[in-house]
Amino acid sequence: MRSVFRFRHGVHPPDRKGLTAALPVRRLPYPDELVLPLQQHAGRPAKLVARVGDRVERGDVLAVADGHVSVPVHASAAGTVTDTGLWPHPSGAWEPAVRLAVDAHSAQAARPRLVPHWEELSPAEIIGAIQDAGLVGLGGAAFPMHVKLQPPEGTRLDALLVNGCECEPYLTTDHRTMVDHPRRVQLGVRILMHCLGVRRAVIAVERNKPDAIEALTATLPDDLDVSVLPLHVKYPQGAEKMLVKAVTGREIPSGKLPLHAGVLVQNVASLATVAEVFETGLPLVERIVTVTGGGVVHPANVVVPVGTKLKDLFAACGGLRDDVAEIVMGGPMMGTSVGNLDAPVLKGTTGLLALRAHEVRHEPARPCIRCGHCLDACPVFLNPQRLGTLAQASRVPDMADMHLKDCMLCGCCSYVCPSHIPLSQLFAAARAELRRKESAA
Amino acid sequence: MTNPRLLVSASPHLHGPDSTAAIMWSVVGSLVPVVGAAVWFFGPTALLVVLACVAGALLPERLMGTPGSLKDGSAAITGILLALSLPPGIALWMAFVGGAFAISAGKLVFGGLGKNVFNPALLGRAFLQAAFPVALTTWPKPGGDFLALRGDTFSFPFTSAGVDTVTAATPLGAMKFGHASTPLTDLLLGTTGGCLGETSALLLLVCAGWLAYRGFLNWRTPVAVLGSVALFSGVLFAIDAARFPSPLFMLFSGGLMLGALFMATDMVTSPVTHGGCWIFGAGIGALVVLIRVWGGLAEGVMYAILLMNAMVPFIDRVTQPRVFGTGRPARTSGGAP
Repeated sequence: MRSVFRFRHGVHPPDRKGLTAALPVRRLPYPDELVLPLQQHAGRPAKLVARVGDRVERGDVLAVADGHVSVPVHASAAGTVTDTGLWPHPSGAWEPAVRLAVDAHSAQAARPRLVPHWEELSPAEIIGAIQDAGLVGLGGAAFPMHVKLQPPEGTRLDALLVNGCECEPYLTTDHRTMVDHPRRVQLGVRILMHCLGVRRAVIAVERNKPDAIEALTATLPDDLDVSVLPLHVKYPQGAEKMLVKAVTGREIPSGKLPLHAGVLVQNVASLATVAEVFETGLPLVERIVTVTGGGVVHPANVVVPVGTKLKDLFAACGGLRDDVAEIVMGGPMMGTSVGNLDAPVLKGTTGLLALRAHEVRHEPARPCIRCGHCLDACPVFLNPQRLGTLAQASRVPDMADMHLKDCMLCGCCSYVCPSHIPLSQLFAAARAELRRKESAA
Repeated sequence: MTNPRLLVSASPHLHGPDSTAAIMWSVVGSLVPVVGAAVWFFGPTALLVVLACVAGALLPERLMGTPGSLKDGSAAITGILLALSLPPGIALWMAFVGGAFAISAGKLVFGGLGKNVFNPALLGRAFLQAAFPVALTTWPKPGGDFLALRGDTFSFPFTSAGVDTVTAATPLGAMKFGHASTPLTDLLLGTTGGCLGETSALLLLVCAGWLAYRGFLNWRTPVAVLGSVALFSGVLFAIDAARFPSPLFMLFSGGLMLGALFMATDMVTSPVTHGGCWIFGAGIGALVVLIRVWGGLAEGVMYAILLMNAMVPFIDRVTQPRVFGTGRPARTSGGAP
């Protein structure tokens, strides 16, 4: 039974979660201004409906979903729309965004609204409500949740797999969600099981979070088949392919979704938000963010409105130290480097890392010595050594033959490479070129 | 709060503890006890040979290699490994020329670190064996006066000083040409004639074991080499024990340990896949037995490894990992490795 509860390869980076793991989530005061980009999710950006000068309440719609793979954007505080032009996006580009001057005198209560009880809603109505609430996967990828909840005809689901791994170093948002709000996670599980019509749910948590395992086990429902499964600690356990393999022993076929292995994966923070939406009627307007790293004075787990500018967030956490070298949005393995602190927190922002020079080790790349360590690290069994050689020779079609599309950009190969070759960066660039070629063809 | 000067880089933003230089200098470190043993058995001459080879290796690397490439330690490894494969009594100028040839023709012409097809140290040795066959097959006896020279160490290039020295046949030579066997304890401890590094099998095993533990050496290669030597020589021994040497003798004599543990495991010239390492090692073992038993030479480790080095791109191609969720290996496209 070696294959069960395990996936092969992967790496063991230092976890550095101790900075914030024991800190309960606290709420920050509202900043003076919020910036809400229209592109905060995977898929088409939302379509702007707010006009400059509009007075909005917390939870009002600023932009509506544009098509199926899209979700609306809501005002995350009461205030006045001051601008709808371009603004620095964490991706590095300037993107259309709604700037909101926050009303300092508002109680920030949402408009009173009628919340139908979820048990009285049909699955289609629940899914519609989830899209209207602007819900996306909160684990980082920000994929619209309602799309995932509608499996194509003919697929048979037998379990809901709840992802509480949080395998990225530094991050503790999912951890704190499980410890501080286990009942909310359980309610989210209940709502989705009802919506999907599945009988079984498994909450998978890595063993380095014993308090989360304990909190979830203590709140397990009596009337449903829900269990907590502790997994051993390894990166990238939280990747859907790896998690499904570890829990069920099934390999998701190349290019297919977890649905093809009979499971649907949702992150714990996303489930807690589902519960909140059906409890309060408030759409996704705030989230838990871990602010951490050696470069921030007071690391913390905080609840912030979506659209909080990074400089306001860091200022509320005691400010940045003088020797901060790099700001990363998300985890250190897959997160993006942010160069402009005017960029806002997005729906999918799991954490903000302020890293000092000794935490990020950037060294010039040296020639490949064919040590093969990347082959031992790659969780999808690619040959990063060969792919890297091909990438440096710009042989993208040959890379496609070697399953470049199966690469998850998890960064394991770059992490272990003794020659510091930026393998996953090369692969990301090659994939972008492949997409350009395919869309041109 | 003003914007601080920030670095913007691609993920991942963390990096593991290993570096090329750390791997290479660990290999150098693991070879220090082996060099120490050579000095113990053959006196200070051994150290002089090592220094001459290393100097010969570093010179072209410094002159023609990429700037700063001396620091990665790979040229030093080539020099030390070459020295360990030479007889202790060799003239220092020959050792120097061998080191220079190993790096310039064995590594730099291919494009430097990571690009070479053949193990540079073995290529250097093959060159010396072709150029100076007598010097490469004169084996001084270990022991004796510690400080005595073991050959015409200080002779000028292309002259022979003709210092008299006590020579002895190597165990493999004695077996091949005189049908004399050597006790196993002598082989294990290294109190036999032979190259600088082909003496104490036990010490080599310990040093390579440490490297394998650190993850800087793929243990599958030496296990496959030694396993296949044991298998093939065992089969021959079972057929005719009087004609063929015993598998234990085959395993612990000559340069097999040094070759299997330190030369065949050179990362650059061995396969990157684990399956490839098994095939590569098994091929070396089979060739060693073939050359030792039926070839014209007493020792075959060098040519066995060099021949298998040439096979590495093909071995890599047939041992590609099976991609997750496909049930079949990735197709590799042609071209240079």
